[in-house]
Amino acid sequence: MNPTIRLPGLAPLMLLGTLAVLGVLIVLPLGVVFHQAFAKGLAAYIEPLTHPDALHAIQLTLTVAAISVPLNAVFGVAAAWAIARFEFKGKSLLVTFIDLPFSMSPVVSGLVWVLLFGAQGWFGPWLRDHDIRIIFATTGLVLATVLVTLPFVARELIPLMQDQGADEEAAALTLGAGGWTTFRRVTLPNIKWALLYGVLLCNARAMGEFGAVSVVSGSVRGVTTTLPLHVEVLYNDYEFVGAFAAASILAGLGLVTLVLKTVLEWRHSGELSAGRRH
Amino acid sequence: MTVATLAPPAGKPRSRWKEPSILPGFPLAMGWTLAYLGLIVVLPLTALVLRPWEAGVAGVWATLTEDRVLAALRLSFGASLLAALTNVPLGLMTAWTLTRYEFPGRRIIDAFVDLPFALPTAVAGIALTAIYAPTGVLGEQFARLGIKTAYTPIGVYIALLFIGLPFVVRTVQPVLQDLDREVEEAAQTLGATNLQRFRLVVLPAVLPALISGFSLAFARAVGEYGSVIFIAGNMPLKSEIAPLLIVIKLEQYDYAGAATVGLAMLVISFGALLAVNFLQIFLARRGRA
Repeated sequence: MNPTIRLPGLAPLMLLGTLAVLGVLIVLPLGVVFHQAFAKGLAAYIEPLTHPDALHAIQLTLTVAAISVPLNAVFGVAAAWAIARFEFKGKSLLVTFIDLPFSMSPVVSGLVWVLLFGAQGWFGPWLRDHDIRIIFATTGLVLATVLVTLPFVARELIPLMQDQGADEEAAALTLGAGGWTTFRRVTLPNIKWALLYGVLLCNARAMGEFGAVSVVSGSVRGVTTTLPLHVEVLYNDYEFVGAFAAASILAGLGLVTLVLKTVLEWRHSGELSAGRRH
Repeated sequence: MTVATLAPPAGKPRSRWKEPSILPGFPLAMGWTLAYLGLIVVLPLTALVLRPWEAGVAGVWATLTEDRVLAALRLSFGASLLAALTNVPLGLMTAWTLTRYEFPGRRIIDAFVDLPFALPTAVAGIALTAIYAPTGVLGEQFARLGIKTAYTPIGVYIALLFIGLPFVVRTVQPVLQDLDREVEEAAQTLGATNLQRFRLVVLPAVLPALISGFSLAFARAVGEYGSVIFIAGNMPLKSEIAPLLIVIKLEQYDYAGAATVGLAMLVISFGALLAVNFLQIFLARRGRA
């Protein structure tokens, strides 16, 4: 479809309006992050980023993402295989449950873990007796992150695999390939770009998540603060340059994600789920 | 589609809830899926549904009728509704421009629409606060007009506007792209004005997508936390959102109270989405009649 200028009188107006909305609402906040981060020069920008607390926050963020993302990627593949390759009763209910975390408030996604494992949680006393910490510890951060980012990979793979159908896998099996071989040689190559796309979005959310982890973290500076929580701690301490410097790293992560995502949409649009094709 | 035709030769006993298939791996994939969902989604949600009732129905009622809780729920749902409603025309305009006009940098601008999805919410939160604070770029201008933006419900509304826009754009865009141009051209040939063409041809076609986009933006806005709490100012009864109240109740070790607010948010959101679904069905029926 070739977009052409259909309404000559209105076109410049619509374009200007769109640019104004996107400029004020979306580009300006992004610009402000970098402007504030560098407000006092390069040295003032780098100094808070090399602080041990900041380094620890970066390391913790990477650790949490490194555990959560693979878990949800494996889940996404398993769920897509079950849902897109087999017919069974209760399928739509299952899909509803997979989508559920998307419609939950991040705060609720953190709250539910406190209700289970917090000091007064269902399993709280047992955990205390056995000296196991989940809330205010890395495990809690991982659980909250896993819940928030659970649908990302599955959401990309299920519609794609449903579109592709099972003919190729059936052919491979008929020709004598084993189950795992079929999966590795036929299914995986067909879904690799969509899998990567899902992992990309999942990772961006995992590293940037704030609400859910803030509930389970207790924000002990330098202990359970991920990078987004570190931004909050600094901001509330009126260390604005430091807060925006840390925020600029997260904004950079967001930009890189956006670029990679756009490249995937342009280069491999045929191999992504229909909603991602531009 | 093809899955049903892959049935193995007859004679094998048919399982009751699953259609037979020659593809392997169902027990493993399904087992893993159910176990994982059970542990990560179902078990925690069970706690959310059951824990509010620890102090009985009276306890739930007492929490829900606290002035602070009522004010927070009213603000969260009210600001979300307003922001999502504002995002409908803004999103439609953006989607229209991106699908109908060709201009340099269109694809870059298109990619930027997703920024609120990609930018961590805390980052958006402090950036918006810096912009709309009384000393900020835009906050200063508003202050001159006598309007306080940051640290008021208006600040909450602005943050929700930011977070909701891509939902409307991304649901409307594919529909506008696939819209049959011939119908529009026919309308034009038959002498319809631009406004008539928009109102009678384009709008009915994109209305369901607009409503979906609206409800997605609304649902996201109701639960939004990170981008809101910095700009909101969090004054009890005035600019305190419901998710923040959950955090406050947890800090006071009022687990049942926190769970009550969380459950109330979930139930109200669910009711709103149900209402939107009925509206969609109603519109689809009317469209066919």
